[in-house]
Amino acid sequence: MVKPTLDPSSSSSIATDVEPLLEFDRVGLEYPFEGSMRRIIQEVNLSIKPSEFVSFVGPSGCGKTSILRMVSGLSPAPIGEIRYRGQRIKKPLNNVGIAFQNPVLLPWRNTLNNVMLPLEIVPPYKNDFGQKKAEYTRMAQDLLSTVRLQDFQKQYPWQLSGGMRQRASLCRALIHQPEILLLDEPFGALDAFTREEMWTMLQALWMRVKCVGILITHDLREAVFLSDRVFVMSPRPSTIIYEELINLPRPRTLEMELDDEFNHYFSNIRRHIHHN
Amino acid sequence: MSSFNLDHFLKSKSAGIVLPFIATVVLFALWELIVILFKIPPFNLPAPSNIVRAMVEFTPQLFANSMRTLWTTLLGFVLAVIVGVILGFMIGYSRLAYLTMYPLLVAFNTIPKAAIVPLLAIWFGANAIPATVTAFLLAFFPIAVNVALGLDTVEPEMKDVLRSLGASQVETFQKVGWPHTLPYIFASLKIAASFAFIGAVISESVASNAGLGYLIVQATSDFNVPLAFAALILLAIMGVILYTFFVYLEKKVIYWAR
Repeated sequence: MVKPTLDPSSSSSIATDVEPLLEFDRVGLEYPFEGSMRRIIQEVNLSIKPSEFVSFVGPSGCGKTSILRMVSGLSPAPIGEIRYRGQRIKKPLNNVGIAFQNPVLLPWRNTLNNVMLPLEIVPPYKNDFGQKKAEYTRMAQDLLSTVRLQDFQKQYPWQLSGGMRQRASLCRALIHQPEILLLDEPFGALDAFTREEMWTMLQALWMRVKCVGILITHDLREAVFLSDRVFVMSPRPSTIIYEELINLPRPRTLEMELDDEFNHYFSNIRRHIHHN
Repeated sequence: MSSFNLDHFLKSKSAGIVLPFIATVVLFALWELIVILFKIPPFNLPAPSNIVRAMVEFTPQLFANSMRTLWTTLLGFVLAVIVGVILGFMIGYSRLAYLTMYPLLVAFNTIPKAAIVPLLAIWFGANAIPATVTAFLLAFFPIAVNVALGLDTVEPEMKDVLRSLGASQVETFQKVGWPHTLPYIFASLKIAASFAFIGAVISESVASNAGLGYLIVQATSDFNVPLAFAALILLAIMGVILYTFFVYLEKKVIYWAR
């Protein structure tokens, strides 16, 4: 009689908390440069739990954007691997939401229809998009009112300000209830006041969807305000040189920025940023 | 003191109709005046009044030949749209098609089409076919190039958004590629419509048995210059009408443009 053998790793991990949603396992990246391969990312090892919001900060050229492209599967990790629920990411995942610095809304669609685009493409929504259009429209209107765009549903992108376009782009990234939200310097092109306003709106949206958030940013205050954890990357060839756990209660408010605690996190992170 | 405000008038809708009309009338009035003042003989430059007289006198010929030019142009143009759009999509979407066909297309486009017409006449005879083919040959290139350009200019971030949603090639084309390319197509249609007219008339003047191009050659060889001018003016009118039609259609289809 053969007894089923217990997997030692699964039996020992009962005591630890939730399984990670994403695991980076010796992730590296190199690029051809003037005839030889230049190492961009030396090695990144980390794991991200479900509904955790993390940020990557670091000098430009350290491979931050590449990390997002690897997680999304748009360009899978060439060295090492990133696992999503234990599965190696080899091709684009289809349950992610993405927002870039450029909001890239479709000029021929009004705000509402731009936000609803993912529902026409991602299953299961696309299968009953015809029948449930009214319900889906309410979903989109709900998100739009979270970012105070409820009165701009019928407007076309050219009629919106930069900040409004970016808010619509965030709604589009979240409407299909993705498990992972990827943000590549989404507020980089906005002025300081608009940017702070966007933080609170993004937080409100994220708290509704409760997905993993991965933010790439140059703005350390933005990273502290939004994240549960902030990863600091070194200059090229980069690794994670510092990790800060942000224990501020949610929802966070802009007043918190003035608190000692907030500034303590900020200066801890700032101290670890090195330039190329 | 007048309350007339020029800036205000220039922005109004009626200015778009009134001013071109005035410009046309002034041009013809000046023309008439110059011909009278300098006593220019009609076989050098006929006065507008003389051209109108020719139009009335030769109405049946002008009408029949205009129709011939119109349908050969339109047929060549429609073929150019179909072939141009298909070629444009091939070049725009397939690197293989781009590398193999694009240099050939550029080389072909460089050949003066007037030089091909005698060959067309040998192959098809002096009838409507050379005119249709020439109209097609002149018109398809700008359409193909613009369609390819349109497909090529979709923002990479937009492609990433669609890819990360798991969109298929067909969905990406439907949701982004096609609507993004439409303005480029319309821009090229306006150019291609004029090119088709030019092609048809070039061909008619070399190898044909009818059409305004043919009529102009016949009229000038009879020293009936007013009739030749009448044909030219009809040609210009047809060109403006077709152009205006596409501008109107463009406004309807590309509703999102400012």
